[in-house]
Amino acid sequence: MNELLRRYGAPLSGLFVLLTAFWLLVLVILPYVYLFENSFRPYLPMVDVGGPKDVYSFDNYLTFFQSPIHIHVFFWTILYSSFVTVLCFCIAYPLAYYLSKVAKSSVVPSLFLLLMIPLWVSEILRSFAWFIILSFKGPLNYGLLGLGIISEPIRWLSGFRSIIVGLVYTYVLFMLFPLYNAIQSLDTNQIEAAQDLGAPWWRTHWRVILPHAKPGIASGAVMVFMLSAGSILVPTLLASTNSRWFTEIIQQWMFESQDWNTGSAYAFLLLLLCTVFVSVVMRIFRVRLSDIAK
Amino acid sequence: MRGRKSTDWLFHLYMALFLLFMLLPLVVMGGAAFNNSRFPSVYPWVGFTDRWFVDLWQDDRMWVAFRNTILVALAVVALAVPIGTAAAILINSLSGKLRSTLYGIMVAPILTPGAVIGISTLLFWNKFSVPAGLHLSTLGQASYISAFVMLLVLARLQSFDRDLEEAALDLGASHAQVIRRVLLPHLYPAIGAAAAIAFFQSVENFNTTLFTRGTYDTLTVYVFSRVRSGITPTINALALILISITMVAVVWYEIARRHAARRLERLPGAD
Repeated sequence: MNELLRRYGAPLSGLFVLLTAFWLLVLVILPYVYLFENSFRPYLPMVDVGGPKDVYSFDNYLTFFQSPIHIHVFFWTILYSSFVTVLCFCIAYPLAYYLSKVAKSSVVPSLFLLLMIPLWVSEILRSFAWFIILSFKGPLNYGLLGLGIISEPIRWLSGFRSIIVGLVYTYVLFMLFPLYNAIQSLDTNQIEAAQDLGAPWWRTHWRVILPHAKPGIASGAVMVFMLSAGSILVPTLLASTNSRWFTEIIQQWMFESQDWNTGSAYAFLLLLLCTVFVSVVMRIFRVRLSDIAK
Repeated sequence: MRGRKSTDWLFHLYMALFLLFMLLPLVVMGGAAFNNSRFPSVYPWVGFTDRWFVDLWQDDRMWVAFRNTILVALAVVALAVPIGTAAAILINSLSGKLRSTLYGIMVAPILTPGAVIGISTLLFWNKFSVPAGLHLSTLGQASYISAFVMLLVLARLQSFDRDLEEAALDLGASHAQVIRRVLLPHLYPAIGAAAAIAFFQSVENFNTTLFTRGTYDTLTVYVFSRVRSGITPTINALALILISITMVAVVWYEIARRHAARRLERLPGAD
C-alpha cells in the first residue's frame, strides 16, 4: 500500500482504491448480501413490506425442501452438469495434447483461429444452431432419413440428450483452452524421457502429462460446470417440459410468480452449489484460486 | 519436437472431426438464411432468397434491440476498463493475505452463474427504488466483465519493469506523469484487448441481462423471444450477419496479434 502511495501519490492512489471499492462493494459484495437477506424474507404485497409480517424465516428454503419436483430438478441439474463436465474433458484432452505436442507449430495458429470463431459467436446463436439441426423437420432427421439409417423422424428435442449435446457444444472450448495452456507449459523433454525409459503411452499420460495439466483441468472443470448448471438458453431452447433445468425454476419464480424472495432463495442455492463445486475441485486438484482464474 | 509417429493420423482425423463439429452447425444456421422456406433449414433446399434479410432490415424491434445492445456495450466498456485497470494496479502493489483475499473477491463474479448476478443486482437496486432497465444490465455485466479486464491487465503488469517508474520519479516526473508516460503506455495493448473483449462479452450476454433488463430488448433477448414465439429465418439472417462480424473481428485480432509478435521479434536484443 505504501508502495502505491510512493509511486502514484495520494490522489491517484485514492482514485484506484475508490474505483476498486465501488466495484467490489457496490457491484459485487452488497448485491450478494441483499440476495442472501432477501431469501429469508416473505413475499408480501407492497403495503405489508416493513410491517409486522415482514420477518425473517426459512420459509423460502422450506419451499424448496418440501417440493420433491424441485429437489429432483436440482439433482438432475447437478448430475447432468457433472456429466457434461466429464464429457468435455474426455473430448478436449486429446485435442489439447494434439495442439500442444503433436501438431506442427506452423498450423497451430490457424487451428486456433478456426476455434476462436465458435468461441466468439454468442451462446444464443450456438444453441439456436442446434435447435435447427435437431428439430423434427431439421437437417439431421432429413439426412438420416435420406441415408436410410432411420425410417421415421426422431424427436430429438426432448429429454436430456439434446441438452447434453447443446451444453457440450457450447462449453467444450472453455475446457480446451485452459487444458491447452497447461499442457503447453510442460517441457516436451519430460515426455520423451518417460518414453525413452520405456513407459507405455498411457502411463506417460497418467504419470507425467495429467499431473502437470491439473490446474488446466481444474480451471476447465469449474468453468464448464458453472456455465452448464447456470445455463438458461440451452435447456430452454433445446428441451421440452420433461427435462427441466434448475435455472428454469428460478425463472419461474422471478417472472411468472413474481416472487422475488423465493427466487432469490433458489438463486442462492445455485450460487452455493457452484461455490461448493469450486472448493471441491480446488481440494481434489490441490490448486489455488489464482491457478483456476487466469 | 518429437518425431512423427504412426498414430499421428488418428490425431489429425480427430482434430478435423472436432473442427467439423464446431463449425458445421454455424454453416447450417447461416445457410438457412438463404433458403426460401418458412422453417429455417438447409435441407430440403427450396430455393435461394434474400427476403429474410429484407424482413430483418424492416423489423423495427430488431433495430431498437441493436441500438440498446451497442449502448450497453459501450457503457460496460466505459465502466469496466477503468475499474479493472485500477483494480489490477492496486492488487499488483499488494502482497500476502490481503492480496489473496482481494483476488478471491475479484474473480468470484467470473465463477458465479450469470443468473445469480442478474438477480442480486436487480434486488440490490430495487432496495433503492431503482427500476429494472438497461442501466442495471450495464452494472450487472460490468461486475464480472471488470474481472476479465483486471486479469488481462494484471498479466501485462507482470512483465512491467518497475525500475522504470523509479527512474522517472528520480528524474523528477510527477505522479501523474509516471502513470501517463510510463505505466499506461506499457499497459495499452492489454487495455485495448480488454476493451474489445469487454465489448464482445457485453454484446453476447444473456443470463444477466434477462433478469435486469426490465422491458427493454437487447439483441440476445430479441433473438431469444423470437426463437420461442414462432421462429422465422430472419433470425438466421441476423445470425449470419453476427457470425460474419465475429469472423472479421477474430481475423483482425489475429493479424494485430501476429503483427505485434513479429515486431517483438525484430527488436534488437531479443533473440
